[in-house]
Amino acid sequence: MATVFIPTPLRKFTNHTSKVEVPGGTVMEVIQTLTSTYPPLQRHLINADGKVPSFINIFVDDDDIRNLQQEQTPVKSNTIVSIVPAIAGGLK
Amino acid sequence: MEELIANAEATQEECCGFLLGVDNGIRIITHVVPATNIAPSDRHSRFQIDPLEYLHAEKWAIKNELTLLGIYHSHPGSPALPSETDRKNAQPYFSYVIVSAIKQRFSEIRSWQLNLEHQFEEEIVMLEVTTPVNTNNAIIKKT
Repeated sequence: MATVFIPTPLRKFTNHTSKVEVPGGTVMEVIQTLTSTYPPLQRHLINADGKVPSFINIFVDDDDIRNLQQEQTPVKSNTIVSIVPAIAGGLK
Repeated sequence: MEELIANAEATQEECCGFLLGVDNGIRIITHVVPATNIAPSDRHSRFQIDPLEYLHAEKWAIKNELTLLGIYHSHPGSPALPSETDRKNAQPYFSYVIVSAIKQRFSEIRSWQLNLEHQFEEEIVMLEVTTPVNTNNAIIKKT
C-alpha cells in the first residue's frame, strides 16, 4: 500500500484525513483507486483525457512524476505519493 | 501583520507565501512563511510557488499541529482586490490574503475565500503572528 498525502484543500473529500493508504502499482492506479474510494476527488485529480490535470503536481517521495515516468511511475509499498495543487496568481 | 507588510514593501515584485494557524470557525493566522516567487516572467504582476515549498509547508503544519490556512501575495501598485488570474488559480478552503503596496509603501490588506460558485468573497481573519518561520524547521529569531 502506498501512502497518499492529501493537500488541505482536498481533505474535505477524505473525511479530513491527510494521509490515505491506497493500493496500486503505478501512480495512475493509486489515483484511480483513491478516486474510487472518494468519488468527489475525481474531478480534481483526473481530467477528461484520463490523466492528472496540469494544475495538479504529483510527487513520488520528493520527485515530481513529470521527471520520472509520469502517471506510469512505479509505486512501492513504502512510497509516499503527494498531491500538490499548483499555487499561482497575480494581477494579470 | 508586520511580516506581511515588510515582505510586500521589500520588493517591487509580487511576494508570496503561506499562512498557517488554527481554524475554529474563525481563522487565526499565527505563522507566516514566505515563499519564493518562481513565476518564469513578469513577477511584478504574477506569482507562482514551488510545489516542493508548498509540500514542505503542509508537512510543517502537520508536524506543528497547525493548519495551512491559505496563501498571501502582494499587489504592487494595485488595490488588495483579487484579479481574474487570482480567482482562476485559487483553491477551495484557503484564505487568500492580498497585501497592497503603493510605491513600496503599505496601502491595505484584505482576505478572500472562494465560495461554492468559485467566486471570491471577502472574509475576516485574525492575524496573531508571533514568530516568523521557515519550513526547514528552524525558527527565525524575530528582530
